[in-house]
Amino acid sequence: MRPSYISLMTLAIVSCVCIPAESTEPSDADSLFAPVRQVFAERCFACHGPDVQESDLRLDERESATEPLDSGMTAIVPGDVDASELIARVTSSDESDRMPPEGDPLSAESIGLIKEWISKSAPYVQHWAYTDLDTAEPPDVDDETWVKNPIDRFVLAKLQSHGLTPSPRADRATLIKRLHYDLVGLPPTAEQAARFVQSDDPNAYETLVDSLLNSPHFGERWGRHWLDKARYADSDGYEKDRPRMNAWRYRDWVINAINDDMPMDRFSIEQLAGDLLANPTADQRLATAFHRQTLTNTEGGTDQEQFRVDAVFDRTETTGTVWLGLTIGCARCHSHKYDEISQDEYYRLFAFFNNGDEANMQVPTSDAAMRKYESQLADHERRRGELKQEIEQAALGSASALETWEKELVSRMASLAEVQSHDLVIESADASGGPSLERQKDNSFVVTGENPDVTEYSITGTLSLKQPMTGLRIDALVDDSLPDKGPGRAKNGNFVLAEIELEIDGKPVTFAAGRASFAQKNFQASNAVDGDGKTGWAVSPQLGKSHHATFWLSEPADLRDGTRLALRLRQSYGGQHTLGKFRMRAVTGDELEQIAPKKIRAIVETDPSKRTRKQSQDLQDHFLQTVYTPTKSLRAQLDKLTKQSPKPPLMDVRVIADRSNRRATKVLDRGDFLSPRDEVVEGGLGVLSPLQIRGDKPDRLDLARWLMDDANPLPSRVLANHVWAHLFGEGIVRTVNDFGVRGQPPTHPSLLDWLAAEYRTLGWSRKQFIKLIVMSATYQQSSRHREELSEIDAENRLLARQNRFRVPAEIVRDLCLSVSGLLSDKVGGPSVFPPLPADVASLSYANNFKWETSKGADRFRRGMYTFFKRTSPHPNLIAFDCPDSNTTNVARRNSNTPLQALTVLNNEVYFEASQALAARVLAGDASTDRQRVEDLLRICLVREASSFELDRFLTLLEHSRNWFTAHHSEAAELASRHQPEGFDRVEAAAWISVTRIALNLDEFITRE
Amino acid sequence: MSPLQQHLTRQHLTQTRRSFLNTNACGIGGAALASLLARDASAGGPKVSGPMSPKTPHFEAKAKSCIFIFMAGAPSQIDLFDPKPKLNELHGQPLPESMTENVRFAFIQKDSAVLMGSNRKYQRYGRSGMVFSDLLPHVGSCADDLLMVRSLHTDQFNHHPGQLMMQCGRGTFGLPTMGSWLTYGLGSESENLPGYVVLTSGRGSSGGATLWQSGFLPSTYAGVRFRDQGEPVLNLSNPTGLPPELQRRGLDTLREVNGARYDLVRDPEIASRIESYELAYRMQMAAPELIDLSGESQATLDMYGVDRKDPPGGGRGKQGETAKSFARNCLLARRMVERGVRFVNLVYASWDHHSNLDQELTYNSTVVDQPIAALIKDLKRRGLLDETMVVWGTEFGRTPLGENRNGRKNNTGRDHHPYSFSMFMAGGGMKGGMTYGKTDEIGWGVEERPVHVNDLHATMLQRFGIDHERLTARFQGRDFRLTDVGGKVIDDWLV
Repeated sequence: MRPSYISLMTLAIVSCVCIPAESTEPSDADSLFAPVRQVFAERCFACHGPDVQESDLRLDERESATEPLDSGMTAIVPGDVDASELIARVTSSDESDRMPPEGDPLSAESIGLIKEWISKSAPYVQHWAYTDLDTAEPPDVDDETWVKNPIDRFVLAKLQSHGLTPSPRADRATLIKRLHYDLVGLPPTAEQAARFVQSDDPNAYETLVDSLLNSPHFGERWGRHWLDKARYADSDGYEKDRPRMNAWRYRDWVINAINDDMPMDRFSIEQLAGDLLANPTADQRLATAFHRQTLTNTEGGTDQEQFRVDAVFDRTETTGTVWLGLTIGCARCHSHKYDEISQDEYYRLFAFFNNGDEANMQVPTSDAAMRKYESQLADHERRRGELKQEIEQAALGSASALETWEKELVSRMASLAEVQSHDLVIESADASGGPSLERQKDNSFVVTGENPDVTEYSITGTLSLKQPMTGLRIDALVDDSLPDKGPGRAKNGNFVLAEIELEIDGKPVTFAAGRASFAQKNFQASNAVDGDGKTGWAVSPQLGKSHHATFWLSEPADLRDGTRLALRLRQSYGGQHTLGKFRMRAVTGDELEQIAPKKIRAIVETDPSKRTRKQSQDLQDHFLQTVYTPTKSLRAQLDKLTKQSPKPPLMDVRVIADRSNRRATKVLDRGDFLSPRDEVVEGGLGVLSPLQIRGDKPDRLDLARWLMDDANPLPSRVLANHVWAHLFGEGIVRTVNDFGVRGQPPTHPSLLDWLAAEYRTLGWSRKQFIKLIVMSATYQQSSRHREELSEIDAENRLLARQNRFRVPAEIVRDLCLSVSGLLSDKVGGPSVFPPLPADVASLSYANNFKWETSKGADRFRRGMYTFFKRTSPHPNLIAFDCPDSNTTNVARRNSNTPLQALTVLNNEVYFEASQALAARVLAGDASTDRQRVEDLLRICLVREASSFELDRFLTLLEHSRNWFTAHHSEAAELASRHQPEGFDRVEAAAWISVTRIALNLDEFITRE
Repeated sequence: MSPLQQHLTRQHLTQTRRSFLNTNACGIGGAALASLLARDASAGGPKVSGPMSPKTPHFEAKAKSCIFIFMAGAPSQIDLFDPKPKLNELHGQPLPESMTENVRFAFIQKDSAVLMGSNRKYQRYGRSGMVFSDLLPHVGSCADDLLMVRSLHTDQFNHHPGQLMMQCGRGTFGLPTMGSWLTYGLGSESENLPGYVVLTSGRGSSGGATLWQSGFLPSTYAGVRFRDQGEPVLNLSNPTGLPPELQRRGLDTLREVNGARYDLVRDPEIASRIESYELAYRMQMAAPELIDLSGESQATLDMYGVDRKDPPGGGRGKQGETAKSFARNCLLARRMVERGVRFVNLVYASWDHHSNLDQELTYNSTVVDQPIAALIKDLKRRGLLDETMVVWGTEFGRTPLGENRNGRKNNTGRDHHPYSFSMFMAGGGMKGGMTYGKTDEIGWGVEERPVHVNDLHATMLQRFGIDHERLTARFQGRDFRLTDVGGKVIDDWLV
């Protein structure tokens, strides 16, 4: 965490800082050169640095700085201050001669530092962060008894050199709480704590560590640390800030990878370049969603290239911050003033990401869903196989029936009755939902009045026919009164006839088929007789034209004198897709197509001896499918089963994929995408080890491997420091996001290097590395402030004690829900929508987002699953310093604000936790107030309460009880939910006012 | 004296002896960490002054509070402040190609774009003769107290980045907003209210909550949103059924138990948390009183127009009772400033009039004109205007070209225009009755005295006694400031 901003109070109150901030173990050359470099960076490099060399002078490299110049002068003559032209120029009293030419002259102090540095032969020293790891053995110490592992040697040696001793080990109650908060972000139960505190097993601590590292909640706790770095969110950002309903799939990847203890090198490489691995798995490609967490601007009138380039800047700079601990963003516009990163180098890194395009891919929604699908599919295929066999059996002996049918078919085709349509004598016509059906002279109806989303037209009438009725014809007709002439009433003139139901003489009839003069893609006429109200017949894009469809009856019907027909046209598709003008008619006669499809008719008309084998097969298939009774229904079953085959549980996710058509990368002048300059190719940073490449040209995978390569010391230092910072509240390098020359040097340089090397030695196992640290005596120290330290080391740079710090925003929620028994322990899955005040969501652009509050257990998921909308994040998270996820964050700050107090005191979710916690305490075994308060504080603080604490809470209870005894209706209001069994509202309310305060104790939301 | 109080008192003494500048290059930045007071524990328990306690500026301050009226979406300067007779003459004609060659538009199609005159009538006001269009008669009546700037320009072209630029000095994410910088640098005079308050009316803005974020500064310096009715601050009200007396008793218990913990472990963070609960309690008392307007005279309420009906029309800007809400917010801004709030951000959206300019601009102007004028006059008659800087601002301007999106023939709106726009200020040590800067005859570019957004911020900070180059905060190895890498104080504006 950044000391400049975190804990402002801490810094404000503890003022005496005796350990110098600059460095603790500098070599002479280091301490001579560091301040000189700072002065050069601030005042000289702009004209005499990596970008520009006025008068051929370059000061950032010793060789050029100490060479004679064209003028014959030498800027720096090592060991000879008087001969060094630089000194003459910076001290010159002649303003036109003096350097630097702009601004105030260099201070006497700065000049003094430069002189001293030159007099001691002007050493140029590489910044510590870029040097190889120090491989020195852990130091010997006087007191071996305190040492639990090598970490402690480094820490103890340093303490002893300052005449200090470490703090005692924290008590067991503190240790179990610390480990639970740190490793899983959930409190231990009172029972777990009691068992641990009372255990006489010498390995109890280690057993506890192992069990927590193996908890599925470990992946949540440490996954959230990583998601800060990934700037994870559930929406696009910028004005429109559209939701990303599939973003969580990457969050699940992170949680799973961490729970599986995926080694840090693989974890890094897959996220930066999983798509470029040989035969990447879906998960490896999904991992690249790390760099798809960048913002997307879909505001109207944007130049998409500008925001594409912005996203690539972000990817470049986030990579720099997370793996290199460097603010490389400065070099976007000009070579870095302080760190050795030139503008060209910035764009060489940029080039790696410039050729990774934003892509989508499909992945399983979850492994469990995929496994379920696979077993369902196998089951399904087995059932289909069985049915096929049954059909084969049933088809045996169908040959003679086929022959008979074929003959009948030929004769029916020869004696086909002509298709004719007949108007009904209409008796009634009604429409549901408000429209009117106006009957026209030609027996059609024009629909007027209300235009509901869905409707149903009911028509009754009579008709007598000499020939049997074989079908029903519906005309969909145009009319000037309709949108774009219709024939439908939707905005574009379309309709969807979802379902037709016909009764003849009160008996429902079934349809065999429907055929239309024209049908929209996926909206065939047969959909209107398939029994599914969601499908239907429609006619886009042939709008503004009349169409008709005939629906053929399964069995021809005889219509004697005055037979009643009742027709219902169901139009349930929605969006006003209803018919605007239509006519219905009864059909007699047959269409050839109705007797048999064209292909079959052609086969029948071919002499059997001349049919191809395929034709014979097709004919038999048709017969078995539609005619032959023993197989017909089985075939229908098979068709139905085939349609019901399980769908693979796949979803789209955002990933990165290299573009095939390589994009040339150019240096952008001052970072402006409209001002490209010289072309550059991909490459690493000069101050680090050279980049090894696999093919002709470096790609993202080479970059990822270079970052994690043994030869590259910086990322392992940075990554080890991240883990340390999460366990101590401060990094060994306190500027966790800045390992550059402006950052703070490590408090324990050799320890940092030893840890960085050890992380690799442990095969980059995050779990083992964390275990190493939490097993140290250093970690297990008490965090109590020590009077003598406040004078010498108020900021605890020497680690003579542990640190105390508040848990992050999500964990505040998790703790409250956990102790109250409300927390859902589900791990992973889509984001959820816990209660949010109505006017918070409306702050986002044009109120374009509806927050549909989750129901059931999803109301009580861990904080990390709360849907994160970038322009309107949940206030409960933001109040407790949750980062806004617009940029990467490697170290949260901790502030104390009144809004935090109000949140835990009064916010709906926290208050409900107080109610449930009161019920929980009252439901326990305790029988007296005192015992119950003891239980309450044990649950919240994971320790036994002091008599003072008990007394204060009992007093509060008494006041509360007295007040609510006199105010029953208020008691009923306060105890509105989670009413404890066997207690009245007054008692419940009195306890709620007590549990509410317990949840607000500093100690509860602080690690110890 | 309890150990906590002893500790605080001792540290206070240490504090006054030495300046606390070793972690920061800038005086105020360091001072933000210092200024520690251990006060009488009369309100019950120890009190620590936190990061919000008042701090001494770099030099003498003219202004103490700022009310920033942020008109999100970019109102048309051509139709409100900056009359262009020549533009009216050239109505319907294309711009010379030389002018549009290297220019970007959001929606305008260059080939068929034509100039669009203004339908507004302009009038001179006051002794200064400052001009306003017929849409702002009330604001016009304050002319002699206003500094009108017609020559602003910005780097950003789209709304959200543009709004960030205006609030943070740079169009990128993760940076502190103006209110954060002011409270970080100066703390707040108010003991019972947050130092940085946000009030919103109309529909949601492009930037949403990012417009009052604290960026990399602690959330202590983020804007706290107040609602004009009901629960003024999120979570301010106790749960239903819990009376104030039990709230106080509960907080007493909390303070005592937290205090006992402090005595044991001596972590100063505990003291800070105790204080945050006390401030929360004081806010619970003070905020409802703040938004209770029953003590205001009917004349005052009428002056702001808090009972006005919404004007007719209103497409983009309307949300709920927009006119009432904005008027109440203006009155609340005055009440906040009276109570020592350092920075009030009054956000109203949206002015993004790509079409139906005349109707939409009329609606929005009618909503804001009277309350803004009332605010300025009210501050003045109460003697508060001298130390309260009122700024009317937005993210960019609008084009003199009509917007012809999708080949539209009837231009009824204007597109985004970062090259020139207008803003006005009142009070806080800014000159009244002055019109500064000039755009060219069609209102395309700045012709005289250009003012970059960074210059505006530099000058605003100057009035608060702050050297904009010295109010810095180190983040990721860089010293950031509100004015990014630019900013020039404009001496001509200063009283």
